[in-house]
Amino acid sequence: MQIFAFYLFASVVLASGAFCIFARNPVHSVLWLILAFFNAAGLMVLIGAEFIAALLVIVYVGAVAVLFLFVVMMLDIDFAELRAGFMKHLPLGLLLALVLVVEIIFGVGAWQSSGMGEATAAVGPPAGAPSNIEQLGALLYTKYVFLFEAAGLILLVAMVGAIVLTHRTRGGVRKQNIADQVARRPEDATRNTQPEVGKGVEL
Amino acid sequence: MIGIEHYLVVSSILFVMGMLGIFLNRKNIIIILMAIELILLAVNLNFVAFSAFLGDMTGQVFAMFILTVAAGEAAIGLAILVIYFRQRGTIAVDDVNRMKG
Repeated sequence: MQIFAFYLFASVVLASGAFCIFARNPVHSVLWLILAFFNAAGLMVLIGAEFIAALLVIVYVGAVAVLFLFVVMMLDIDFAELRAGFMKHLPLGLLLALVLVVEIIFGVGAWQSSGMGEATAAVGPPAGAPSNIEQLGALLYTKYVFLFEAAGLILLVAMVGAIVLTHRTRGGVRKQNIADQVARRPEDATRNTQPEVGKGVEL
Repeated sequence: MIGIEHYLVVSSILFVMGMLGIFLNRKNIIIILMAIELILLAVNLNFVAFSAFLGDMTGQVFAMFILTVAAGEAAIGLAILVIYFRQRGTIAVDDVNRMKG
């Protein structure tokens, strides 16, 4: 059962990753990316990392992918023009990718057969151990508390940066300027005139 | 029984797929950003696999930090993309030369 689930999740991750790369329409790309994230979360659940899996679904699917969708749909982009050169680069790119993946898999195989990968024993926590999220929290708030704070700082900087970058002041919009209003004195705004009878006042 | 090598193979294929995406879609920066997300997902998968199979929770803590950095990177990257599009009307990144670099 576990093997079946692993192969299901793994094949869907790889297929949707490929579709994400090769899709013509970027909206479809984002949707394939979401599918890939869901199935990667499934892979992580299989080996007992429930919290990271939940985080993946919440952060990636709930925030990052939706951000991508917003940007893709908001900007009016001619995507056909951007695909020029795709077919030209395809053979070389596939060749390079194939060579690289074969090298990495050979590396993993050599590492495995050299006996260094022997410590890969049990999947999942032993019976009676605290749950995944409990262990993670105990580690995160004690040993890695400063790194945790730094991560929060990174998120704050990213938020401020994104707001500052995309903020723009529109021209031609009348806004209330309270400082100007408060600084205005009666002498600036009014004047006394003595118009002659029967004549108007030049404003 | 699934071993760690299964996870390593899946994550390495995913990693290479992300690299291929950057290589192929070198004009469309949205796809490039998505490919970077794929690469970071592969790295996360690697971290979590090692963490689970070696019985060490540190890998999952690191996966969380990678998640943080990926979220920040996506936000900043898309913000830059939006202001670039506002100025130029296109997002073709192979003729970005505003800074004459």
